[in-house]
Amino acid sequence: MSSSVKHLALLCAGMVIAAGTFAYGAEPGYYGYGERATPEQIAGWDIDARGEDGVGLPAGRGGVIRGAEVYAEQCAACHGTFGEGEGRFPKLVGGAGTLRDDRPELTVGSYWPFAPTLWDYINRAMPMAAPHTLSADDVYALTAYILNLNDLVPSEFVADRESLPKVKMPNRDNFLWTDPRPDTAAKPCMSACVDPASVKIVSTAEGKNLTPRTTGPLDTMQAK
Amino acid sequence: MRPDLWRSISLLSSTGAHTRLGRRSLLGLGAALTGGLALGPKQGNAEPSPASPPADAPWSQSIGPGVVDRPYGRPADTETGVIRRNVPWLTAGTESSISFSPLQDLHGIITPNGLFFERYHAGRPDVDPEQHKLMIHGLVERPLLLSMKDIVRFPQVTRIHFIECPANGGMEWRAAQLNSLQFNHGMISCAEWTGVRLSTLLEEVGIKKEAKWVMVEGADGAHMNRSLPLDKCLDDCLVVYAQNGEALRPEQGYPLRLVVPGWEGNVSIKWLRRIKLGDKPWHSREETSKYTDLMPDGTSRGFTWLIDAKSVITFPCPEKPLSDPGLYEIRGLAWTGNGKVKRVDVSTDGGINWQSARLHEPVLSKALTKFTIPWRWDGAPALLESRVIDETGYVQPTIAQLRKQRGTNSVYHNNSIQTWQVKGDGSVFDVQLG
Repeated sequence: MSSSVKHLALLCAGMVIAAGTFAYGAEPGYYGYGERATPEQIAGWDIDARGEDGVGLPAGRGGVIRGAEVYAEQCAACHGTFGEGEGRFPKLVGGAGTLRDDRPELTVGSYWPFAPTLWDYINRAMPMAAPHTLSADDVYALTAYILNLNDLVPSEFVADRESLPKVKMPNRDNFLWTDPRPDTAAKPCMSACVDPASVKIVSTAEGKNLTPRTTGPLDTMQAK
Repeated sequence: MRPDLWRSISLLSSTGAHTRLGRRSLLGLGAALTGGLALGPKQGNAEPSPASPPADAPWSQSIGPGVVDRPYGRPADTETGVIRRNVPWLTAGTESSISFSPLQDLHGIITPNGLFFERYHAGRPDVDPEQHKLMIHGLVERPLLLSMKDIVRFPQVTRIHFIECPANGGMEWRAAQLNSLQFNHGMISCAEWTGVRLSTLLEEVGIKKEAKWVMVEGADGAHMNRSLPLDKCLDDCLVVYAQNGEALRPEQGYPLRLVVPGWEGNVSIKWLRRIKLGDKPWHSREETSKYTDLMPDGTSRGFTWLIDAKSVITFPCPEKPLSDPGLYEIRGLAWTGNGKVKRVDVSTDGGINWQSARLHEPVLSKALTKFTIPWRWDGAPALLESRVIDETGYVQPTIAQLRKQRGTNSVYHNNSIQTWQVKGDGSVFDVQLG
């Protein structure tokens, strides 16, 4: 290789290196930031359990009787002794057969499609003042108790990673998991779009006294 | 105010018919506007204020506090009523609740950071950014743990996007209830977000080919989690640490949150700490028991992520009534999860006749878009409405059209046309038409 060609090759290599400095790559590990998450680190945070098949539910078990004890201590203050709800805190029980009613009642029993979701939610978010502090066994026990309050499992039911996914929730098959919208097809008419005689106010917020004030200090109004 | 702003824009009359301003009236109008009289209150015979001409105001004859008197600035003391507000009777407490942005006092497409609406499921956590980590694992080649310093090193991207809670307007399915712009529409805000593309982070860990779904989870007490299809995550989702140029506010997920453009706000997980890739959705509580839409036949729709096109007139509104008859500018906001707003029409007669409003730049994808249209109010009662059409051709429906499809119990995704009733005295009320 002549010296001038060598120089040219070196120059080109230099340009490639310089260009590479500014390139953005897409291969895994290209940036190399952070640290590899270890199995121990992952295990601590990997708390999710899937609703439909229960994948992710941990070892452990709990029955209805133990669940009643934990419930009385941890849950009853907000959700009521038998899941009936206190004040505006959610009801956990009831509402079976009301989903087509004018005032449907959506509870674990009447609405939730998957039992493992109940375990997952109690485990990750409850009790509200101290979330994610209960043992897996106690979360299983609470799940069993709440399902039993809804007459979905017998009093001898024991919840664990095997039994929970098998509980058939009454509303399981009533969800459409693909979005059917757009479900309206309004036309952008510009003039004489509706009969003026049909333009009537059928409902007004005036005089209902439901609106907190929007000036001055925050309102504290409660339901009438 | 310059008369050319008004040129060639049709004026809506309060009867719905519209007239085009002639050159002569334009000149007259221009003179009136230049004089600053047309939109202001009438000058009466009241005693002149000590700060008004010919007097010199006290603040014009004194020296004010110096720089760094307020090292982090705040609004004027007279603006202290412009705040997020809640509906106390709506929820059991404030820790799992919602607050509303004061849209009636905002003038642009960007929501100031202190006024961005709040939604918590376990209160506002106080996260230490030094200790905060983002874990990415599951069906990936190399599970990662990233510190905030690591995340900020990734290539930066800045975008303007709205976030809307799908329950915005949810109290109005059955009837007009709340006489307020803030409480009927204030679960939407819009900000400039800065961070890294989620796709960049996912490429960095290496996506296994079986991966189809992504679970995102917060570090709050609710450990809030939602499932997202991988395609959306690779398309336009952002992992952000800044909001309108400064660090995220704690209320908005400090130090790190997800922004899922155009989709219901609940999926834009705040205080983001974990991303897990899987082959199926998780069906978490927040996507089964909540954020699903109950239909009249007892079935429910799940995974209804998209925010449909919606618009609302922000002036006039119940909080900002009209005063005297005369020339006004109707103002409002429009948005769509489908992309860009294409057109906004305004009616003053309850939807009989419509006139297209002016869209103000910038018109950005999945961002708030501002619209205005001048209106000469003759003092007669009027029914004001706005209707958005987005770039897909989707037309914002009426509440009657939505109810026909979905009944009154679906809670979420009420994107119907808002009707404001203007009475002869200029007061404004939230109403629904039959």
